[in-house]
Amino acid sequence: MKVLDARGLSCPEPVIIMRKAMMSKDTEYQIVVDNVVSRENVTRFAEHQGYKVTVSENNGEYTLSIRK
Amino acid sequence: MNMKKEKTMIIIAGLIIGVIASLLVFFGNPANMGFCIACFLRDTSGALGLHSAGAVQYIRPEIIGLVLGSFLLAVFRKEFAPRGGSSPMTRFMLGFFVMIGCLMFLGCPFRMILRLAGGDLNAIFGLVGFAAGILCGVFFLNRGYSLKRTYKLPKAEGILFPAVQAVFLALLVAAPAFIRFSEEGAGPGAKHAAVIISLAAGLIVGALAQNTRLCMVGGIRDVVLFREWKLLFGFVAILISALITNLILGSVTGGTFFQIGMAGQPVAHMDGLWNGLGMLLAGFGCVLLGGCPLRQLVLSGEGNTDSAVTVIGLMVGAAFAHNFGLASSGEGPTANGKIAVIIGIVVVTAIACINTFSKEEA
Repeated sequence: MKVLDARGLSCPEPVIIMRKAMMSKDTEYQIVVDNVVSRENVTRFAEHQGYKVTVSENNGEYTLSIRK
Repeated sequence: MNMKKEKTMIIIAGLIIGVIASLLVFFGNPANMGFCIACFLRDTSGALGLHSAGAVQYIRPEIIGLVLGSFLLAVFRKEFAPRGGSSPMTRFMLGFFVMIGCLMFLGCPFRMILRLAGGDLNAIFGLVGFAAGILCGVFFLNRGYSLKRTYKLPKAEGILFPAVQAVFLALLVAAPAFIRFSEEGAGPGAKHAAVIISLAAGLIVGALAQNTRLCMVGGIRDVVLFREWKLLFGFVAILISALITNLILGSVTGGTFFQIGMAGQPVAHMDGLWNGLGMLLAGFGCVLLGGCPLRQLVLSGEGNTDSAVTVIGLMVGAAFAHNFGLASSGEGPTANGKIAVIIGIVVVTAIACINTFSKEEA
């Protein structure tokens, strides 16, 4: 599983990182972001691409588990 | 929040914002200038004596309201998160040149929409340039452009910028002799709605923009990048609702709120090329900053000190624009302004290249 670190980055950068990673067509990714806007935008993008997203929060950091 | 609800929310917010913007003109703001982040920051710079263009000096309560509206809602929603450290000096420079571009066109992207809604067809040249500028920015985003990451900062650091806005409000109300206000009839700076109306409008729009992440540059950018239409819906909703409100106000009051054409438009000039190039610079710079001037104000209210630095860059840019004769007027662009826009496009392109192709690790 690919693990991506997008902490500290603001949109659209985390979504671009996600999109680039998805070129590999894996079925499972994990991406860590640290702001609500990035969490929302990456979630929206991944769902657009047909993935299911589950989010866990830890001290202001959001880990998004993204699965086909 | 699911996607459909988000889109409905931003359309409703856009419709409300369009009505508020047109009503601000009815209540006394300059024509087609219910909101203009560039013009209003320029007016505030003038009131603080950073430039001495007598026609454009006033502490605009809309700016104060936008920052505080965003701040209050962010605190309420537990989204107030002080952060910064993502290339602040570069952001300052980008803010500076975005303002140079906006004052060539005579408006920020928000006012560009409001000018269209008022029938000002010169703004179409601005829109074309704006879209071209966004495409330039997207070109670099797709190749890895980044101003590097931000870091969490202490609460006090994030509260400072909203606190400064509260001080500006105190200065506006107290009106000490050292604060400069345009004299009656002197120009756009003298035209304004009552403080309480402007402030309330700013607070409402700031909160709506915080809630929906509304951004003029993000609209076109996200469609190009991800085929994501949400932010563009907000942009279009503002245009439609301001247009309809202008038509209603015109027929009810008999005043001029909508006048289609290019000649004789309020606070605008007819030089299509430079309207386009000005907004190209603004659009390009805003994509590299991650948001339009309105969005920068909203983010600074959420505790983003990089955005606060950007806003200060915008204000300093406005001061230079008037001190050095770079800002356009109704007569058209100035020679100095044209040179400054060209320099701006070169500098912004250089910033984009350096932060895209440089191998250096942050």
